[in-house]
Amino acid sequence: MSILSDSAILEINNLKSRYPQGKQKSALLPALHIAQAEKGWLPVDAMDEVAGILQIKPIEVYEVATFYTMFHVKPVGKYVIEVCRTGPCCTIGAEELIQYMEDKLGISVGETTDDGLFTLKTVECLAACGMGPVLQIGPDYTYRENMTREKFDLMIEELRNKS
Amino acid sequence: MARQILFEHINVPGINTLETYVSKGGYQSLARAFKMTPDEVTEEVKKSGLRGRGGAGFPTGMKWSFLDKKSDKPRYLVCNGDESEPGTFKDRHLMMNIPHALIEGMIVSSYALGARTSYIYVRGEMMPVIRVLEKAIQEAYKAGYLGNNIQGSGYSLDLYVQPGGGAYICGEETALLESLEGKRGNPRNKPPFPAVWGLYGCPTVVNNVETIADVPWIVNHGGDAYAAIGIGKSTGTKLISACGNINKPGIYEIELGLPVEEFIYSDQYCGGIPNGKKLKAVVAGGSSVPILPADLILKTANGEPRLMSYESLNDGGFVSGTMLGSGGFIVYDEDQCIVRNLWNFTRFYHHESCGQCSPCREGTGWMEKVLHRIEYGHGKMSDIDLLVDVAKKIEGKTICPLGEAAAWPVASAIRHFRAEFEAHVSDPGSCCKKHLHREMTSVH
Amino acid sequence: MDSNLLKVTIDGRSIEVPPGTTILQAARMIGEHYPPAMCYYTPLKESGGKCRVCLVRVAQTSEANPRPMPKLVASCLTRVENGMVVENESSPEVLEARHGVVEFLLINHPLDCPVCDQAGECDLQNLAFEHGTEQTRYEEGRREFDKIDIGDKIQLHMTRCILCYRCVFTADQITNERVHGVLNRGDAAEIGTYIKHAIENDFSGNIVDVCPVGALTDKTYRFKQRVWFSKPFNAHRSCDKCCGEVVLWIKNNDVIRVTARKNKFGEVEKFICNDCRYDHKNLEDWVIGEAAEIERDSVIRANKYKTKIHSPAVQVDAKFVSE
Repeated sequence: MSILSDSAILEINNLKSRYPQGKQKSALLPALHIAQAEKGWLPVDAMDEVAGILQIKPIEVYEVATFYTMFHVKPVGKYVIEVCRTGPCCTIGAEELIQYMEDKLGISVGETTDDGLFTLKTVECLAACGMGPVLQIGPDYTYRENMTREKFDLMIEELRNKS
Repeated sequence: MARQILFEHINVPGINTLETYVSKGGYQSLARAFKMTPDEVTEEVKKSGLRGRGGAGFPTGMKWSFLDKKSDKPRYLVCNGDESEPGTFKDRHLMMNIPHALIEGMIVSSYALGARTSYIYVRGEMMPVIRVLEKAIQEAYKAGYLGNNIQGSGYSLDLYVQPGGGAYICGEETALLESLEGKRGNPRNKPPFPAVWGLYGCPTVVNNVETIADVPWIVNHGGDAYAAIGIGKSTGTKLISACGNINKPGIYEIELGLPVEEFIYSDQYCGGIPNGKKLKAVVAGGSSVPILPADLILKTANGEPRLMSYESLNDGGFVSGTMLGSGGFIVYDEDQCIVRNLWNFTRFYHHESCGQCSPCREGTGWMEKVLHRIEYGHGKMSDIDLLVDVAKKIEGKTICPLGEAAAWPVASAIRHFRAEFEAHVSDPGSCCKKHLHREMTSVH
Repeated sequence: MDSNLLKVTIDGRSIEVPPGTTILQAARMIGEHYPPAMCYYTPLKESGGKCRVCLVRVAQTSEANPRPMPKLVASCLTRVENGMVVENESSPEVLEARHGVVEFLLINHPLDCPVCDQAGECDLQNLAFEHGTEQTRYEEGRREFDKIDIGDKIQLHMTRCILCYRCVFTADQITNERVHGVLNRGDAAEIGTYIKHAIENDFSGNIVDVCPVGALTDKTYRFKQRVWFSKPFNAHRSCDKCCGEVVLWIKNNDVIRVTARKNKFGEVEKFICNDCRYDHKNLEDWVIGEAAEIERDSVIRANKYKTKIHSPAVQVDAKFVSE
């Protein structure tokens, strides 16, 4: 039985035409993004299904999924908050803000709130150093720039109300 | 206002649409290029003196001329949009706001190289950028700028956007190609270089976003006109992304040769240091390049004004100079702690090492752990020389330049700010971490 | 001189080699004092370039280009050019770099040789013996992983792994199905199957033979014997899956282990099947030949073990077998 929806499978199959014949493994990263967007994370059966569509070995998918930081190979909250913790953002208060976020959500970096709504994750440079502190939030990876405690509070409130 | 090549129209409303972009003269380079032979286009790029804007500064025309044209395999142009070097955020801005500039550049560059399929590899975190580019590419196909027989020239090109998955190392060109092939981003041993053995083992050129976006202007105005801008071998303009403790962080297109002091203090650019603080140090070209203290970034060791150019920033080598790199300009005021900042960067490289070769895999983590200890008051005086030695044993020993990128910041920070490291050891707790109520943790 | 041959000089000794020969291969042809190799493995395509212990200095690129190469190069991948001049052990820079790489390889290694089955035939042990220091400068915590059984015949002790990728290439190139690979990245990278798969195919045992350290060990041999107390003999049988050419490790007339044969560079040239390796441990299963060569630079042969070496008979006769 399929783990992924028909539309996701079709989308992944369509990716293959971007690459030369026999090089369909090139579609792996975009395919994993599609699978993750649908499932929220990458369970083994979803990865195996991607392997099947692309006609590669499952281990080739696991090797790739565990290499890249965007792929969640463990379950995460509905919203993954990915905050930059790299140098430039830290010169303008990212570390203090990250600790505020931990306190506000009542979790440590890497954890998910009990209601399953938020996962707090620190990430390396998001290439928005002039607009820092910066975070991005799934599932569409919107950038939130020039973050402050107030903006963070507001964002959390909005997302809670939406759910 | 200084000369604008890339950003002339960036504030025009709707410039991200094909219609507005064309109304401002966009896509004119195609017709010009198609009247030339591919080699003539390459010749103009050579004449322009354009150098790779991703960080290494390698002459673009020369890189193109290395492409193996004797091979009967397909050739590829791959655009490196994996912008991840801390302090660098110019390519995201360019792709997001004026995507057609990159697409136009991809078309004329692909024509020059004889590529029939080209890819723009964009780091996965930039999903919003990827959506913008994909929409712009569709517009370009509809307008006949992409696809079969472009503008009746007989030249055909397909262009695709490829997302990354979150890995700084994929900014290294061979790691990027591995990633584009659907693999782990492990850099390849070189030689062979991509010009001979690139994507799918075919001759390939990998160029940075900004580099490719410069090409249409060169085709329109000629290589000589481009070479007339700038200073010496630093021709043309450069996007500088400025951040840290400055009044006006942002992305500035400068003419190469601008004095550093003017860039930092002029209201046209960074606008000086906030709150009347003093300038302490600058990392001028992204986190990988050597940090310089205020006196050495403003003036060379010989007392000459330091300029924003490849040569001037490198004046004095790594003893008293640095590199233009990717143009990621990070400014530190007097309150910033060099040790803490270095620990942070070292943690970055530790986190981003692909783990393939032993010096980088083991050495980056070692340096990070020692710096974490020093930063949190458990360091020893001998740790400082240990760091210098470990950095030296990584530098030049690795498969790819991530080794140097991790080693140079350590070597330079200790070279110029040794007293600060010693103070952390002899008087732990005297510095920056007081305002943080919990220790920031290490990676993994 | 044959016009097709390329002349290369390594540490003052010259040799002519065919085009395509790497510096390491040329050095091995010259003989002793060739660079060590922890990841490169001649029979495995794409191997090499990772461990960096084979770095050498190219003092002259070629006759046509007398300039030195700007950085030390991996001798296992760098091809010889005509007139190339290479410095291996004659370069203090090379020795210092090698010393550094060995230190890097050891900082996260458990140094549990006393309880490691690989001890005595471990490339890392040999390397550390030659290029390591007695004291470590590393004070931080070491990386640790749980031991994993990948099938009933092989144990993966990831803590000892140096990520040479040889086992991955072996699975890719020698077996019909690869179920393990390199997971995660940086110093968190590990060899694994991700979903605790057993590695089960007819040639899986070869990943033990190619492992330069004690990360992949033969469970059927686990803790049975120190390698230097057993006697290796070449033996063969007719096998429909592989060449059937093996080394039997014999102690008191018992076959305690079967491995593939390795050449003087520690490389398996003919891979063997699991039938031969695991299911034929009786002397009568084999036609036994002469004693297998043991490399002189092995720790087994180093001075401190001298008293424990019993040089096996050159020719095995019935007397020994029935001893």
